[in-house]
Order: sequence, then C-alpha cells, then structure tokens
Amino acid sequence: MIRTFLRSPVTWGVLLVLVLLASVPLWVSSQYVVAYGINVLQYGVLATAWALFSGPTRYISLATTAFFGMGAYTVAVLSETLPWGALLLVAGVLGAVLALIVGLSTLRLSGVHFVIFTFGLAELVRQLVTWYEVNITRVIGRYIFLDISNVDIYWQLLALLALVLFTGAVIQRTRLGLVLRVIGEDELVAQHLGMNTTRAKVALFVLSATFMTLVGAIISPRWTYIDPAIVFNPTVSFQVLIMALLGGAGHLLGPLTGVIPLTALFELLAARFPNHFAVLLGVTFLVIVYLLPNGVFERVHQWWRRLRVSRMGMQTGSPQTYAGVAEGREAADVSDAVDDNEARP
Amino acid sequence: MSLLTVRGLTKSFGGLRAVNDLSFDIHAGQIVGLLGPNGSGKTTVINLISGALRPDGGSIRLMQDELARLPAYRIARLGVARTFQLVRVLRGMTCLENVEAGMAYRAEARFGEDARGEALALLEQVGLAGWADVLAQDLTYINQKRLELARALALRPRLLLLDEWLAGLNPTELQEGIALIRQLRAGGLTILLVEHVMDAVRALCDRCVVMSAGSKLADGDVAEVLAREDVIQAYLGVPHA
Amino acid sequence: MLFIELVVAALTLGGLYALIAMGLTLQYGVARIMNLSHGEFMIGAGFVTYWLVTSLGVNPLWALAFSLPAGFVLQWLVYSILLTPLVRRSASAAALEVDSILATFGILFIVQGILLVIWGGGFYSYEFLSVPVQVLGVPVAANRLLAAIAAFVLGIGVYLVLARTRWGAALRAMADAPQFAHLVGINPRLMATFAFALGGALVVGAGVLVSMFLPFSATMGVAFTMKALVIVIMGGVGNVLGCLLAGLLLGFVETLTARFLDPGLTMAAVFAIFLLVLLLRPQGLFGRVR
Repeated sequence: MIRTFLRSPVTWGVLLVLVLLASVPLWVSSQYVVAYGINVLQYGVLATAWALFSGPTRYISLATTAFFGMGAYTVAVLSETLPWGALLLVAGVLGAVLALIVGLSTLRLSGVHFVIFTFGLAELVRQLVTWYEVNITRVIGRYIFLDISNVDIYWQLLALLALVLFTGAVIQRTRLGLVLRVIGEDELVAQHLGMNTTRAKVALFVLSATFMTLVGAIISPRWTYIDPAIVFNPTVSFQVLIMALLGGAGHLLGPLTGVIPLTALFELLAARFPNHFAVLLGVTFLVIVYLLPNGVFERVHQWWRRLRVSRMGMQTGSPQTYAGVAEGREAADVSDAVDDNEARP
Repeated sequence: MSLLTVRGLTKSFGGLRAVNDLSFDIHAGQIVGLLGPNGSGKTTVINLISGALRPDGGSIRLMQDELARLPAYRIARLGVARTFQLVRVLRGMTCLENVEAGMAYRAEARFGEDARGEALALLEQVGLAGWADVLAQDLTYINQKRLELARALALRPRLLLLDEWLAGLNPTELQEGIALIRQLRAGGLTILLVEHVMDAVRALCDRCVVMSAGSKLADGDVAEVLAREDVIQAYLGVPHA
Repeated sequence: MLFIELVVAALTLGGLYALIAMGLTLQYGVARIMNLSHGEFMIGAGFVTYWLVTSLGVNPLWALAFSLPAGFVLQWLVYSILLTPLVRRSASAAALEVDSILATFGILFIVQGILLVIWGGGFYSYEFLSVPVQVLGVPVAANRLLAAIAAFVLGIGVYLVLARTRWGAALRAMADAPQFAHLVGINPRLMATFAFALGGALVVGAGVLVSMFLPFSATMGVAFTMKALVIVIMGGVGNVLGCLLAGLLLGFVETLTARFLDPGLTMAAVFAIFLLVLLLRPQGLFGRVR
C-alpha cells in the first residue's frame, strides 16, 4: 500500500506543489502575497481537517470555530509563560480533550445529536472562556507579543498542511479508513461487519479537531489583541464548511479546490461589501448546496469515471445493470426507515 | 451440541410484546427455519441475535459466549453474520470492496492485497464472478442479495442469519438460491433462516421454530410442524364456522 | 416573594422556549427538516414587531395576531421554494437531514445578515405594558406575564389540534411512520409543508412575544435555536407534549442558574443538561424507547 502511494503521480505532484509553495517567500518580497498565502493555508488546513472526519462519516461538524478559537486563545493566555513548541503542544492537547468529550458523548448516537452539539459548541466555549476571564482571572482581552514573522507562520501552516494531507492519505489506506468509508455508506452494516464504529468516529474527530486547534494556535500571533468574541467567530465555521463542500469532502484534495477560489472571493466580498458579507456568504453557500451537492471535485471525478466506463464498453455490466439502480434505491429508502425505527438509540 | 442457545428472550416496543419468552436451540451444522405470519416477531429475533436491538430479558448464547447485551460489532466478531430483509449493500463501493469489508475485522482478518483472492472466490461462489469492479448500486436486486450473502460469508461466521433471503425470486433463481444454501451447509455452516417461501423451508430446513404474536408456537421436524392445526391456523386464521 | 418571582420568570422563559421548540419539533419530526435558521425567524419577527410598534404605532397584540398567519405563509413559501428541491433529490431520510442542515445553515446566515444590514448589531426594545401587576402579592411585569400566558395558550392550542383533530392525527402519523403515511390517504408532501409552516408560525409568534419584554439583537437567534434543538431532543423528536415539559424544565434550569450561579453560565447549564440526557437517556426524557 505504501509503495503504491509513493509511486503515485498525484503524491509527487502534491509534494512538488508544497515545495514550490515553501519557496515562495524566498523569491517574493511582497508582504501582501505572504499574508494572502497565510489566509489560503489557514483555510486549507481547516477545510482538509474538517473533511477528514465529516467527509467519510457524513456527520456534519459545525464546531470548527470552537477548536480554532481554543488554539488561538491558549496561545494568548500562555504566550508569556511557555516556549512556542510547548504552546502548540498544550493547545493541541486541549483541543484533543475537548473533542474527546464531545465525541464520546455524541458519536455513539445518531448524526443529529452530534450536529446539535457542535452547533452550540463555539458559543458554549466562548461563554465559558468569557465567564472565566471575567470572574477568575479578571482579564478582559489579551495581548500576544510574540516575535514570530509572517513568513514563519506561513511555513508552519504549510508544514501543517503537508502533515494533514499525509495523515489523510495514510488513513485512507488503513483499516480505519475502510471503517470510515463503510460508516459513510451504512453505519448499521459497518457494525455488523465487526467494526467498532464509535471508536473510529471518535478517533477521527479528535484528530481532525487537533489539526484545527493547531491552526488557531499558529496563526494567533497575527492578532496582537485577542478576546473571546474575536477568536470564536462563527463565520470561520461557516466559511470552512462552504469551502469544503464546494471542493467536495469526499476526496482528500477536494476541499483545497474549494479553498483557493473562495478565499479570493471572500476577501473581495469582505472588502467591497463589508455590511452585506453575511448575506452574500449565505447565498454562496445555498448556491453550492443546491447546484453542487457533492462538490466540484466529485462532479469532475464522476464525469471522468463515466468517460472511462463508456470507453471500456459494456464489459462490466449487462443490460440489466442500470435497471437495478431504481429498485435498489427504493429498497434502501424503506429499509432506512424501518431499520431507523428499530435500531438502538 | 448446541451452537446457539436462546432462553427466555423478550423484547417489547412500548406496549407491544414483540418477542415473548422465546427459547430454542440450534445445533452445529443445522439449518433451522424461523417461521410465522407477518408481525410474529421473526425479524426482531434476528435483530436481537445480531445485536441490532437489545433484548429486555433473556439470554442468547453462542457456545459459551453470551451475546445478549453485547454491541453488534462484538457479536459479528464472535462469528455471527446476517443478511437484511431489505438488502443493505454498500452502494458506493464495488462488489469486491463490499466483500473485502467483511474480511477486515473477523477472527483471522485480511486486509488490502491479502484480501483480494478470497474476496474474488466468494464472489464466484455466490454467482457474481466478473462483477468485482461494478458498483453495488448498479446491481439488480437479486445480485445485490447475492452480494450481501458474499459479504456475510466473508466474515467466516459460525452462525449465518438469513432474513427472508429467498423472497422475491423467480422459480429458477429460487432453485439456485436453495442450492447455494445447501452448499453452505455442506461446508459446515450453521444457518437460521427466516422464510415465508414454504418450498424452500421444506427443502432446506432440518427443523423449524414457528412463532405467533411473539411466542413460540411449535418447534420440531418441518413436515410435522407444518401439518399441525394450530400452525395452519396461525397462518390462515381461524376458519369461519 | 423571591420564589414567586423566580417561578414566573422560569415559566415565562420556559413557556417561550417550549413554543419555539414545538415549532422546531414539528419541522423536524414531521417534515424531517433540521432547521438551524429557526431562531433567526424568531428574531426577525421581533424586529418587524419593533418596526410596527415604533414606526406605525401598532399595538403588539395586533402584531401577534397578524404574525401567526403571516409567519405561516412565510414558512410555507420557504419550504416550498427552498426546501422542496432538497426533499425531492434526497434518496433517504438521512440524506435529507444532512441537506436540510446545510441549507438551513445557509438560510441562517442570510436572514441574520439581512437583519444586521438593516438594524445593525445593537439591542432593541420597545415600551409595552412594562407596568407591575400583582400576582399572589408579588409585583410582576405585565408584559412578561402576558407573554407567558400567550405562550401557554398557543402551546396548549397546538397540542389540542394535534391530539384531537384529523389534521393533527395525520401529522402525528407522519412523524411516526412517514413511509406509510400515503397508505392511509395522507399526502406526505402537503403534510410536511403544513407542519413546517405551522412550526414556523409558532416561532414567529414566539418572536413577537419575546420582543414584548426582552431586549433583542440580530445575533441572538443562534442561542435560541440551540436551546430549541436541545429541548426537541430532550422531549423526544416529534413529541409536542414532551417539548412543552422539556421547555419548562429548561426555563427553570436557566432561571435558577442565572439567579444563583451566574447569568454568564446559562449556555453551560443548557449544555450540561443536554450532555446528561445524551449520556443517560438519548431518546429523550419523554421519547419512546425504540
């Protein structure tokens, strides 16, 4: 498995692009380019990490902001007391712990409970942090005075992107990846094939959340002033969702194809229409949901696959092949409902 | 020697007693039919054994292992595989991948390249040779049933639960299906068969258990049981005077 | 004295929460739409009432009466135009759930965005019946009392409709076994639209009631939706009576937390309850064990 991975042209292509991107600050002196790069990389990691879990399992996580904010806030609180490496470690651990709590309590239940929990999570964490700051530490707003250049942040984010892509690629080739795929198709069947679905979901969710937390931590020095309202901004969750869905959460590289055009679009919208940003964001999102439910990547992939099948002729299927589709779908409908009614909560 | 021992199995949904104090045995290498009119609780029993539902009371022993309160994935790992009344194949995955999925977490697990050979052999056994790279959603209903069986067999189960697997087949397909199940028994597999197709029941089952309104009505030799007054009444209702 | 004050506050809050949650449980239980934008329509209704009261001098009670049918029509349109395409293309209930979560999340941002553009992020309120009324010897704000009573009347009304009328029976059938509804002559599409619209009317009504006594802002919707979702799960999806009771429970918990612990910890209290329910009784306090 590892051998095919290393021989794959896609792997080398991605590595090449990453190396190229790493070299950019060396021959481009414009701070604007680096800042733009940071923005793209930030969302690139967030969206890829999001899709790492929500893609295969189809459990929609609306909690991106909670973890991102936690990472940033941890750095804000501890920036004077710990070295940078330790800061990242602590942030990562905290994010993982939070994800573990959320995951263990909701992931053994249906997707709805998970969505509801994550929907309010950012708000909850924000409230708790605010309360803590107001009542215990009596500090409102924190300052980060760390000597970390934009280029350093850029490189760290790039390294994180490489890591999340590598992790995703490895997981896909392991049994864990198989479990996630089967869960996305039919979780009840997964359980009947001996797969411990709860453990797999929790593991992936914690992994995904840790990456998100690290993004927040790494990027925090760019904000010299931080308070809970700034750092737990729900728009982040929303933007990540849109990007991942546009690109397509079904493939590892899918979200990135959504991140690149949308960061440009969102920067434009935020600059031109600052007041209407939320509305435009919502409209963009609806357009994507209605027109490209599986994302651009999936559309292209499907088209590509159909092209190959038609070239191979009818060798893979008899004339009956496509007739079964409607029956199978009907069967799935009713069995869904029946088994939903009977399955354990 | 009893492979599956069910004692006092009970399950209620709200006020409805779906399974009422059910007890029966299945011996290794047998094909036992679980019969009864619609609504008698047969699929619920299958769900209870496979772990899709949790019983309110009673015990289900697979040899020395108590299954009754285990999660479904543990029961599957102990060697219980099943098919579903309304077939549930993994639609977005190919036939080969469907079968390989069953091999990843069984007792002597196989994964990746290792799994391929055995998976292809299983597909061939159920009559799907050559369909390995076709997506499960593109199969006909009958072929999806075959695929589901192959996937269940991939688990190398000790006990196979078939929930109306022979339903909806034309006469030729039915004969093929019966032959296939006979083959499986010849290979040493123990099977619990929920069925309505009486021809199949008579052809395959060593014994049968008849349920009615959640309780066991009869348990014994197929021909004898199906000739009993009360069994016939359970299916056809009490004749008008 | 304190006790009565607390009880009234808890009942008011609980009653409102129950009303909002009942709307949501109809939308989710019957129409299978997980409506994350629910709270935005509530706040929107509050703003419209504010405008009616301050610009046109309309009495909020008229606004309430008018809002219910208006909300019904609005949500009927929302379902027919925005959500029906999703229903049509969903192969299963799970797929529709995912799609509806995403779509309503988008609608959330749109509605909130519109409110922010028009009114900005500040808090708004208007004067209405903010006179004390004697309840068992304790002064209670009349507007709160009115809101509480109205919420209960509406809530019980809806419950009676569901329990005693044919339409209600049809709705309950849909919530229970949607795949069989058409077998007994129920038109599932029509019922789903009706349920969604009814749920929407309730939340709009709740918005008008809230605006009578609580200062509101454009970004408050999410917190209400959040709590409504928790109540729906606690009460058992599709179970309107369960919603009523769970809503009251949450109202009490929040009021007590705000009074005796810290008003900044209300969200944490809500989540703590939710967590407890998830861990101990995921089908809801009053949900049927399946």
